Amino acid sequence: MPDGALPVLDVLDLKTVFQTRGGEVHAVNDVSFSLKPGELLGVVGESGSGKSVTMMSLLGLLPSPPADVRGGKVMFDGKDLLKVAPDELRAVRGGKIGFVFQDPMTSLNPVYQVGFQIMEPLRKHMGMNKRQAAVRAQELLELVGIPDAKRRLDDYPHQFSGGMRQRVMIAIALACDPQVLIADEPTTALDVTIQAQILELMAELREKLGMAVIWITHDLGVIAGIADRVMVMYGGQVVEHAPVQELFRDPQHPYTRALLKTIPTIQGERAARLTIIEGQPPIMAGAPTSCPFRDRCDVAFDRCAIENPPRYDVGNGHDAACFYDARTGGPRDA
Amino acid sequence: MLDDRKKILVSVKDLKMHFPIHAGLLRRRVGEVKAVDGVSFDVLEGETLGLVGESGCGKSTCGRAVLRLYDITSGSIVIDDREIGATPQPELRDMRPTMQMVFQDPQASLNPRMTVEDIIKEPLDEHTTLKDAEKRAKVAELMDAVGLNRKFAKRYPHAFSGGQRQRIGIARALALNPKFIVCDEPIAALDVSIQAQVVNLLEDLQEQFGLTYLFISHDLSMVRHIATRVAVMYLGKIVELAPREGLYAEPLHPYTKALLSAVPEPDPSLARNTQRVILKGDVPSPSNPPEGCNFCTRCPSVMDICKRIEPAYREVQPGRFTACHLYNDLDDTAGATAGPEANKSTNKEKTT
Repeated sequence: MPDGALPVLDVLDLKTVFQTRGGEVHAVNDVSFSLKPGELLGVVGESGSGKSVTMMSLLGLLPSPPADVRGGKVMFDGKDLLKVAPDELRAVRGGKIGFVFQDPMTSLNPVYQVGFQIMEPLRKHMGMNKRQAAVRAQELLELVGIPDAKRRLDDYPHQFSGGMRQRVMIAIALACDPQVLIADEPTTALDVTIQAQILELMAELREKLGMAVIWITHDLGVIAGIADRVMVMYGGQVVEHAPVQELFRDPQHPYTRALLKTIPTIQGERAARLTIIEGQPPIMAGAPTSCPFRDRCDVAFDRCAIENPPRYDVGNGHDAACFYDARTGGPRDA
Repeated sequence: MLDDRKKILVSVKDLKMHFPIHAGLLRRRVGEVKAVDGVSFDVLEGETLGLVGESGCGKSTCGRAVLRLYDITSGSIVIDDREIGATPQPELRDMRPTMQMVFQDPQASLNPRMTVEDIIKEPLDEHTTLKDAEKRAKVAELMDAVGLNRKFAKRYPHAFSGGQRQRIGIARALALNPKFIVCDEPIAALDVSIQAQVVNLLEDLQEQFGLTYLFISHDLSMVRHIATRVAVMYLGKIVELAPREGLYAEPLHPYTKALLSAVPEPDPSLARNTQRVILKGDVPSPSNPPEGCNFCTRCPSVMDICKRIEPAYREVQPGRFTACHLYNDLDDTAGATAGPEANKSTNKEKTT
């Protein structure tokens, strides 16, 4: 993708808090990132790291209460999505920004034919009439590789297999030629051979349509195969961000390094014993005053307990939120 | 088998588990789902046999059937020198301490109204005559063994994280000193950083107590780590069974090849340069499997014979079993020694 191109989506210091009976949970803490036209940004993190909540906050998809998007800016198309009127936001969602959810089973409506569900955004956002929408819906199903598309438009979701349903979801998300596609764990519920099909389809579609994609996953293997840039999240924060080759070649944050070591592979040397990350992910009660990873970190020192590290630029478009400098093997200068 | 010095602890022959389909007003039996359709394998004492396959291939059903959690359709299961294939459920009770299970979903497999102590103690209540104090001592021991703080014995499952709950499930499975444990996707519901903790625990316990595992998983990279031998299932049948090194280095069956090539590798340069075998279509329904080889509808190297005749499952190289017509002529002409060359040629096909 062209360097220096203006980002299509620019997120600055996004902050989301959930009000619960046990107090506030700070699910997203000052998350900033930008997405350039045509690129694929991978977002990696474990469950509860805030990756899905980040994406849902920026599209206003979280019910409030309990969710409260406290601050930040989401610049898209010259507007701050956090400030626009609900109607305008509704026009963006499913229109210029498409969304694919994790579970194709629950995100399609079981009582409507898939043709109807694909035509819905076309009629709402593109002002097409029924006939035009039907033609476009068929094209979309063909685009995502569903055989016998015309007949399948009249089928209900249960008549499709998991992989096919996910293709339908992708077709819906693509319906209005979105500039940005947000895919939240779109292959996690699928088998590896079906996942491979979807990943291949995604690569094809990006080439054809040139949209920018945010791909949320916990699978570093998937990221390695498709992403241009990667953002690693932990405890509601971005802990590391880098171009994909750079991230895997030279990970800087202790969490990323541990994560890369802990996953077994099917090629190469087989470790006699898996490296483990001790402990549990943090519960993000209250505003962070320290590094969220420090309890599980093997290089943590005093400063990590009293201050939350900012994202330090380490060159090559790579940054890491850590007071420890992996390159020098010592603390960073303040 | 592979290693004659090792005893065969579990021997499964031609295991079939068919579930009836009832339909219509009279709920007449109109067909059956052949979830497990003629599976044979041995598990050697002290080893971990990995059982992999995609969802719906029958791997979990197979695991449950081996422990006779179902009344099986037909076949023979010998565990610790006892045939249990046709034993009625009440008589199976005295076998239960030998064979235990760790379930996939630690949330669903632990009773939310029982304390951790009660959960781990329940098998002891059912199967032993120990005094209460002895049982409590045993529970504390088990909690230590699986890395749970014994101070938490009075807490309820909801107070624990996913990884810790899986440890509770493992402690319960260990309570009766079993020889054989079926682990049904024990790590599938856990986060990546927690998976490694549980896998390491399972390995430690295996060493400590001399356990034998049947490790069911869809995660091929984790199975490569933990298993000694690996069986690959497709649509109710084992298509390939081989020692770990051989299977991952030189898969024989076209399905194994496709499955392995579909696993995304966490290495960008590798991931972008490998030529993947992408299977077309979906798995056929197990209630209506195709004629001939079950894989013939998606196989990249399908031949005419595959659509007519079901390939026999047999040993094509020492210790390596597969059910595929590609390896049929080997046996007839040059015997098992022709195996390696034939491999190379099929492998070339894959890499070019």
